[in-house]
Amino acid sequence: MIVEEIMNDEPYTLAPTNTVLEALKLMRERKVRHLPVIDNERHVLGVITERDIKEALPSSLKDEPNSPVFSAMVEEIMIKNPLVGHPLDFVEEVALTFYEAKIGCLPIVSGGKLVGIVTTTDLLYTYIELTGATEPGSKIEIRVSDTPGVLFEITKIFNLHHANVQSVLVYPDSENTQNKILSVRVKTLNPLAIIEDLRQEGFDVLWPNLPGVSL
Amino acid sequence: MKKAVFVYSPEQLGYKFSDTHPFNHKRLTLTMDLLKNIGALDDVDIVPARIATEEELLLAHDPKYIEIVKNAGHGKLSEAQCASYGIGTEDTPIFENMHEASAQLVGGTLTAVDCVMEGKAQHALNLGGGLHHGFRGRASGFCIYNDSTVAIRYLQEKYNARVLYVDTDAHHGDGVQWSFYEDPNVCTLSIHETGRYLFPGTGNITERGNGQGYGTSFNFPIDAFTEDESFLEIYEKAMREVFEFFKPDVVLTQNGADAHYFDPLTHLYGTMNIYREIPKLAHKLAHEYCDGKWIAVGGGGYDIWRVVPRAWSMLWLEMTDQKIPTGALPQAWLDRWQPEAPVPFIPTWEDPNPLYEPIPRKAEIEEKNAQMLEKALHIIRTEKRS
Repeated sequence: MIVEEIMNDEPYTLAPTNTVLEALKLMRERKVRHLPVIDNERHVLGVITERDIKEALPSSLKDEPNSPVFSAMVEEIMIKNPLVGHPLDFVEEVALTFYEAKIGCLPIVSGGKLVGIVTTTDLLYTYIELTGATEPGSKIEIRVSDTPGVLFEITKIFNLHHANVQSVLVYPDSENTQNKILSVRVKTLNPLAIIEDLRQEGFDVLWPNLPGVSL
Repeated sequence: MKKAVFVYSPEQLGYKFSDTHPFNHKRLTLTMDLLKNIGALDDVDIVPARIATEEELLLAHDPKYIEIVKNAGHGKLSEAQCASYGIGTEDTPIFENMHEASAQLVGGTLTAVDCVMEGKAQHALNLGGGLHHGFRGRASGFCIYNDSTVAIRYLQEKYNARVLYVDTDAHHGDGVQWSFYEDPNVCTLSIHETGRYLFPGTGNITERGNGQGYGTSFNFPIDAFTEDESFLEIYEKAMREVFEFFKPDVVLTQNGADAHYFDPLTHLYGTMNIYREIPKLAHKLAHEYCDGKWIAVGGGGYDIWRVVPRAWSMLWLEMTDQKIPTGALPQAWLDRWQPEAPVPFIPTWEDPNPLYEPIPRKAEIEEKNAQMLEKALHIIRTEKRS
């Protein structure tokens, strides 16, 4: 999946000469925490975040409603030359950038111009969708050895039962690095026959497992 | 006026996928036979289920889908041709006359509605109904037509009623919920095992309705391994507060009996106690808020020998104000059915105590459920204060 598919392509923006008060108002009205700052040609000059504004403002405990900071221009406190992404970046790569650089948003730039924005919320939603809970189904978790061909053996059993697989996730096993946990969502109310066959083939089906208790 | 009627026609037994399918309406025969054995069900209490008309089915279903179900049941379609309608799958295989049998279950629930709304009885029971996973244009999870959705629309159109739907099946009542998700005049309440593992996967507390209907959809997902006390605590608080909030004209309860420890398809640890208590409170609140108007339907329940007959008998006994028996089940009933049953019967109305090994992390499961309840009811609790 590429960034273009998940980005917001109509982001709210600011000009460098907008005031901090205007930035704050826009954030509150639109319920966003990050705003790209662009010039007339849509070149990204910076990013201003809710946190930058909070740090610049005097403490809310002090009674200073007319602080000069409110009328300062955003270019004075924005992050200049921020990290940017490209519409063709892979979502996985971008997720890693967010994690490593500890950032909350990424302006997406193409042809030198701002074309969208991705935030941690967009990424989180994408990962929720990946777990496949959009259609009715049952979930089966299977502990398997981390060796080639295992997924094939398992999908053979699903195929035998004409079971439509909605999603497959592979997690590391926290107890043993030689293993993986497969989390499969399958379109059936009655997974019993599948589970029985998986167990007969020697697979360790965790259905469901009580956290921290082996059943 | 009668206290309650028992809606049933032998044609309802025609809703049968195969001999090995877990959804098995032999449950109806077993339950009725148990009730007759203790003298709690008389032929005069039984009202035949009518068949729902096509016009009635259209209250909840697409014409194209009804056509597919008809043709599939008359051998005119292959599995591949109806797969995109959820028919001909492992869950919902094609069987002969599937349209007629499904329409008969819907008709039973409509018969129950008419008996109550026309004042023939205070309450009515159609154990053949409760097919809560059926969608507008697609079968899902053993359900072809959604009798509750049709019945609620029928209640709205014919009787202009404000309906509370209560679903205590261990699976989330998704089909009914989505049908009325934007309707402020129908409130849906479902208590079910969390969708973490269990079908259909929905029923999160954050599913609260949409648009005009926001705030009239309530979900109480409980953890796998939940036991009686925690189940009943959630049920009782949820019921009282939602009744008080919504003030329905009539209540329709879906009484799936698959939250029991023995049920093969779910992971809840209920015992017979919950099936004694669930109808008791529904009955009481129906009198408090709805002038007694209470329609009950069946639902899931896949241990058809040890669990469903006892559970559903207690539902009928409660509806008719008959004393719920204790001690031994009638020997004649046990002798009649034991040879067919693949498991030894529990020979008493109560479950043995203890029924299962103690559950590790019981206290944490209870705590988590209590926290869930707080969050799910927060919306009406704050509204009340303001």
